[in-house]
Amino acid sequence: MDWQALLLTLKLATITTAILLLLAIPLAAWLALTTSRLRAPIQALTSLPLVLPPTVLGFYLLVLLGPLTPIGRIIASLLGHPLAFSFAGLVVGSVIYSLPFAVQPIVAGFSAIDSSLTDAARLLGASPLRLARTILVPLAARSILAAAILSFLHTLGEFGVVLMLGGDIPGSTRTLSIVLFNQVEGFDYTAANRTAAMLLIFCVVALIAVYARPQTLFGGTNASPAATGDRNG
Amino acid sequence: MVELQLNAQRGSFHLQINCTLSAPWTVIFGPSGAGKSTLLRLIAGLEIPDSGRIVLDGKVITDTRGRVQLLPGPLSSQRGVGLVAQQPALFPHQTVSANVAYGLAHLAQLDQQTRRQRVTAMLELVGAAQLANRSPRALSGGEAQRVSLARALAPMPSLLLLDEPLSALDAGARDQILTRLQTWLADQKIQTILVTHDAADALATEAEVALLQEGTLAALGPASHVLAAERIRLLTRLRAR
Repeated sequence: MDWQALLLTLKLATITTAILLLLAIPLAAWLALTTSRLRAPIQALTSLPLVLPPTVLGFYLLVLLGPLTPIGRIIASLLGHPLAFSFAGLVVGSVIYSLPFAVQPIVAGFSAIDSSLTDAARLLGASPLRLARTILVPLAARSILAAAILSFLHTLGEFGVVLMLGGDIPGSTRTLSIVLFNQVEGFDYTAANRTAAMLLIFCVVALIAVYARPQTLFGGTNASPAATGDRNG
Repeated sequence: MVELQLNAQRGSFHLQINCTLSAPWTVIFGPSGAGKSTLLRLIAGLEIPDSGRIVLDGKVITDTRGRVQLLPGPLSSQRGVGLVAQQPALFPHQTVSANVAYGLAHLAQLDQQTRRQRVTAMLELVGAAQLANRSPRALSGGEAQRVSLARALAPMPSLLLLDEPLSALDAGARDQILTRLQTWLADQKIQTILVTHDAADALATEAEVALLQEGTLAALGPASHVLAAERIRLLTRLRAR
């Protein structure tokens, strides 16, 4: 087992998930609440990695973050090295590639919240930030947890973007899926089986955690019948 | 005093209102689908009219021509309008006390103790003091409506809109709370607009009545005058029993 690759993969998935949650929660709140005409194009843009071949995304990021573009040159001058073929570059690529896996469950969670609750908070003077912090996030906690787990798993198993953008540098960009690819290419099926089994077990355990999560975490997404006045008394 | 000049198209329904509501307590009466709830949502700022203007106590809170649309909320920079809808919409993850205190968080001039006192006073006013530590999930429909009313009252808005807020209570409990509420609102000088489709409710209060029919204001005046026909209909029905 390539423990260095395992640790690097877990580190990449953890950092990517943390960044994604910070980005996805405000973005999903805006997508769920806005009536702006920009909603459809922004939602399409965030969903693009779902349908785009990872190699295409990896190629464009490689070009964009490389030394031939102004953005790439600015980043290289700030970091002292180009983002491409570095761990930081992998994080950028992973965040973009896994963005829909974080945004879409949270948008669904926020959209499922009864609009009478958000109306009530607005009528009581809640700013968008307070509305998100005190109403949306607690009531969509299950969706946010699901988004975090899905983002983590998606990053754990990504291959195309990682290979295109990061290459295969041990300790820096070599993740478990690259190790698996190398093992298969070298006909070392015993080692490949161990690596694949490791990824499989991770994914199965985490998905069980998603589907077996408490149904009443923070009370679910919608108000109860009593809270919305469906019971008489 | 609320000055309304509103035009709003919602599908095939057209709301067109031109009036000034100056009485401390106004009842908007009309059948289902007359546009009562839409009118309240426009005044509260939850919806924007296609054209028009709303002025509350001299302050322009909506003006489509001048592109003015103050945000909902109790602050002086906001609309200063409270709304209690038929659906209580209590925040299910907060206690009853936290629900009632929600609108006080922005009022920087209130210290913690004053906030706690305000919450207790509002819950007592609506007869729900014993529910303070309960979860909204454990409340009946009537209890939830009482708490929702207390929550809207707590920030003391300039204008209070009540959209059939106590429909889940029996007539006796409803009359008791409304009587207590009317006295308190008069003391606090909070103008109130109550929506109902129940003629008996409208006639029970000595209020100005606005009769809304198919999105337009059919009449505005004392209940005994505006609802004369409804009164005769109710009396005839009672005699027939």
